[in-house]
Amino acid sequence: MIHLEGLELCAGEFSLAGIDLEITEGEYVVLMGRTGCGKSTLLETICGLLPAAAGRIILAGEDVTMASPAQRGVGYVPQAGVLFQTMRVRENLGFALHLRGMDRHQQAARVAEIAEILAIGHLLDRWPNRLSGGERQRVALGRALAFRPRVLCLDEPLSALDDAIREEMYGVIDDLRSHTQVTTLHVTHNHADADRLADRVFVMNETGLQPVEKKCV
Amino acid sequence: MHSSDRPFRACLFVFAAAYVLLLIAMLVADASFTSFGNIWTALTSPEIQYAIRLSFLSATITAILSVWFAVPIGYLMSRHSFRGKLLIDGILDIPIVLPPMVIGLSLLILFQTPLGKAVESVVPVTYRIPSVIIAQFSVACAFAIRAMIITFDQIDPRGEAVAQTLGCNARQAFWRVALPQARRGVLGAGMLAWARALGEFGPILVFSGATRMRTEVLPSTVFLELSIGNIDAAVAVSLIMVTAALVVLCLGRLLGLGRKVF
Repeated sequence: MIHLEGLELCAGEFSLAGIDLEITEGEYVVLMGRTGCGKSTLLETICGLLPAAAGRIILAGEDVTMASPAQRGVGYVPQAGVLFQTMRVRENLGFALHLRGMDRHQQAARVAEIAEILAIGHLLDRWPNRLSGGERQRVALGRALAFRPRVLCLDEPLSALDDAIREEMYGVIDDLRSHTQVTTLHVTHNHADADRLADRVFVMNETGLQPVEKKCV
Repeated sequence: MHSSDRPFRACLFVFAAAYVLLLIAMLVADASFTSFGNIWTALTSPEIQYAIRLSFLSATITAILSVWFAVPIGYLMSRHSFRGKLLIDGILDIPIVLPPMVIGLSLLILFQTPLGKAVESVVPVTYRIPSVIIAQFSVACAFAIRAMIITFDQIDPRGEAVAQTLGCNARQAFWRVALPQARRGVLGAGMLAWARALGEFGPILVFSGATRMRTEVLPSTVFLELSIGNIDAAVAVSLIMVTAALVVLCLGRLLGLGRKVF
């Protein structure tokens, strides 16, 4: 589903070559590494927010290396969610659906479906600044998944949460996986995230991506 | 607060109080120099009424034009890196640091060049009302641009990045995500440009002149009344401008515009 072939990242002073990765459909892969090693840069390159200096990005069999972010069909959840502050939760969830010209009834049905999976139905009329950290992350996940993306990229989505909320979010992500089977690449610093969620774990360093056993993380 | 910090805090208060007192003393002195009768006489003078109308109209047009330019320029400077950005950033501040008279002189010379003369042959500018708006715009827009750069700098660019992954192109991400979040900043930039345009004098004096019932704006009125020794009228007009500026400042605060923007 996600196939990276000889990918070279370049962002400002940072560059890293020779990244190869194969993630199969429905797999949940966690990517770890020290700060500044390029994990977020890799996610943003897969999403199309940064250009690839070389190599190929293939999503669901389609070469999207030169495609715009909008054309890639990647759901992206940055750190701290980054919800649209001038829109209520309902509008945040329906944003991608509205852009795709979906009619109002279909939008409402899909928003309700996502809200039910994430247990945020009671938050639909709230503004983002009235949400707790965990609620914000649920909404950010819902917004990224509403348009049924081929791939989900999570950039440290749980880093700002306390242990209790983090444990709760593991359950939410498990539910999402069982409902959507979406292929996921999750960047984190937290070993517990990898132990709890990952099918496979990779560590990123100067030489590229190295697969590691979960218990070795 | 720890007792050892009190002298430092007191020192801060002394500086603040000295400056605020200076400003208040100036306003009180203006107010005590004139009377409501003098202000009313000034307000009913046809020349001053013309100056009030032209000032408010030109400042409003200038504010709208300034926002129209400041929003895209502010977004460009805040979000994009390009060769020569440092130079462009410096050039944008020229109207803020340049003496106002020099701006007026530069505009006057610009409209004597072949390009300026070509414009003049279609729309007469120099020493006419359009020159008032151009002179105000040249300065006020720089302040509006600075306000918009600060506004966009304070908005997380990842919002637009997320919008693009959700299906927006760059234009849609700007209109749907960045601009709605910047609306207070846009309003603040407009008010700042309006207040700045209302008080503009140097460039207008050089580029537009100060002809009564033609290119006279409120600052020109203060100058003209002072030059004929009519201090009462000059003070009355000054108080009108002070009141207008205070209304705009208070409106800005009521609308919750941040100190960094306003």
